[in-house]
Amino acid sequence: MLVSFLHATVQAGTPLLFATLGEILSQKVGNLNLGVEGMMIMGSVMGFIVGYNTGDPMLALLAAAAAGALGALIYAFLTVTLKANQEVTGLTLTIFGTGFASFLGHNVVGYRLPDAINNFFLRIPIPLLKDIPFIGEILFNQNIFIYFGYLAVVLLGVLLYKTNLGLNIRMIGENAAAADANGINIVKYKYTFITLGGALCGLGGAYLSLVYVPVWQENITSGVGWIAVALVIFSVWNPYRAIFGAYFFGGLSIVGFRLQAFNLPISIYLLDMLPYISTIIVLIIMSIKKSKENKAPSELGHAYFREER
Amino acid sequence: MKRFSILLLIAALLAATSLGCTQDSAGSDAEEVVAGFIYVGPVNDGGYTTAHDNGRIYLEERLGDKVKTIYKENVPEEKGEVVKVIREMVDQGANIIFTTSFGHMDGTLEAAKEFPKVQFAHCSGYQTAENMTNYFGRMYEARYLSGIVAGLKTESNKIAYVGAFPIPEVIRGINAFTLGVKSVNPDAEVHVRWTNTWYDPAAEKAAADALLAEGSDVTSQHQDSTATMIAAQENGVFSIGYNVSAAESVPDAYITAPMWNWGIYYADAVQDVIDGTWTNTPYWEGMDSGIVYLDELTGLAPENASDEVGKAQQEIISGNFKVFAGEIKDQDGEVRVKDGDELSDEELLSFDWFVEGVVGRIPSN
Repeated sequence: MLVSFLHATVQAGTPLLFATLGEILSQKVGNLNLGVEGMMIMGSVMGFIVGYNTGDPMLALLAAAAAGALGALIYAFLTVTLKANQEVTGLTLTIFGTGFASFLGHNVVGYRLPDAINNFFLRIPIPLLKDIPFIGEILFNQNIFIYFGYLAVVLLGVLLYKTNLGLNIRMIGENAAAADANGINIVKYKYTFITLGGALCGLGGAYLSLVYVPVWQENITSGVGWIAVALVIFSVWNPYRAIFGAYFFGGLSIVGFRLQAFNLPISIYLLDMLPYISTIIVLIIMSIKKSKENKAPSELGHAYFREER
Repeated sequence: MKRFSILLLIAALLAATSLGCTQDSAGSDAEEVVAGFIYVGPVNDGGYTTAHDNGRIYLEERLGDKVKTIYKENVPEEKGEVVKVIREMVDQGANIIFTTSFGHMDGTLEAAKEFPKVQFAHCSGYQTAENMTNYFGRMYEARYLSGIVAGLKTESNKIAYVGAFPIPEVIRGINAFTLGVKSVNPDAEVHVRWTNTWYDPAAEKAAADALLAEGSDVTSQHQDSTATMIAAQENGVFSIGYNVSAAESVPDAYITAPMWNWGIYYADAVQDVIDGTWTNTPYWEGMDSGIVYLDELTGLAPENASDEVGKAQQEIISGNFKVFAGEIKDQDGEVRVKDGDELSDEELLSFDWFVEGVVGRIPSN
């Protein structure tokens, strides 16, 4: 029972994980991108359309990443080059992405993905690891997309904390002027990592339409992107903590269906609200316990004007 | 200058998102009756709205040149939105407008007052007016038949039922299904899970996954997507669908589904408008009219299912058998319908208890 629940938790948390990682990357270079939901749904629809038409899972994933990256690129152009307000631009990106997806997805609603794609995302137990009691079944009897999620966490962690590139990224987020003085090309960095972040968000969206329920539907992301934005704060901009946050919230989103079996004297409507209530609680807790290590990149939300240094 | 170009870009992005308008399905021609359809989802949702749209197409085929149909998809269940869309349709000459989702009711009622010369028909509700009626089918009769199939198919004697909202329509369906299950397999139980949504594949799948993890080996649903069946297929078990056939989209799980043929009603109603005999008498017909039926069984159906279903179907259509005729006990084993009695339509429309054999409860808000 518990194993089955936790197994499902990892699946439900995976789109959140990708989106959270993407947003961490963007925020680390100082850009608060509220367009996560938009980029996710763009990735979701493009992944589905390309998957449906080509039957090639790799192309579908590539298309999803590209669509998310495209959304992020628009955002980067507006906020980095034109120095527009980051919050407003992000919100606009969400609205744009939703419309973009409804428009493009209109003709594929209710269609079924080719078997080649469904088979690609079947469970692949990892030899040896899958035999670890308890965790083996939960973490290592999953599909390839989920393993890719683990990999993304590690790659991002190494990038941010173990490489010069990561040092530069963090410097831009903490003090853009200092980074600039050090000869770091801020515009190039921002464009690169905002776009890369968008690609990750796009992949998160694609998980929903290619793997979780392999159909396209309007509003498929249904607010996951917003929870991801909150998860970035929950995970204090740390990819390793993001994985726990994402799975925790993934679990919250499905726990209601499991609890219904026990006939608890709790309203099912309350259970449905759990992820959102928890998001609010987490935000409150994080804002109360402020510490140096747990704070947001100082440049977050500010456009960098070299002239105003 | 820079600021201005940003504003322009944002405006362009916003404009790009506001796409979508009413669609004509045929060229306009004077003298014909225009029938408008308001859908809650997209026409190719592969479920509820697809079934209604098939009804619209059936109507066009049956009445030919005499009717022109227009429709609007994704109309939210909000009064203001519904009224707005209805105004648009009246502008396009609609003589009769079908609003197909429960939540369209209040908007339809308001619009009915605004346009006394247009006829309105609202699906699954209870409001009427001089020029507004409501219509529905006795889907529970087809659900009873699908219960027979599930009861014969299950080996674990646990059947999953993913339900949308704990409202009489859904409860009635679960009860009829369970009675069908029990009629062939008294030991089987029907385990219910609520999603609180008609259409949200992710939620539906999570609910189905939970039920399957608890040991169900056949699923049934009162949901508009195929997610429950996809969950069943992934787990190597079997499914009863709803609304439309999923034989092609979920081939390894789909056995059958209780289905709608809304066209039967749409064609009759529009013909009445043409003849000038339209009235606001509510329509609630069963399997004998053809508006509800059980889809053809696939090869996954158990051997004797076809015979058992055929027998029950005949009894229901001929009127010899009523699904909700006594004796019926509730979950606590208390007799709620005595032998020889049957539930009235009013009781069916306000169903708020589960029959014996259902595992789950009806939340009391």
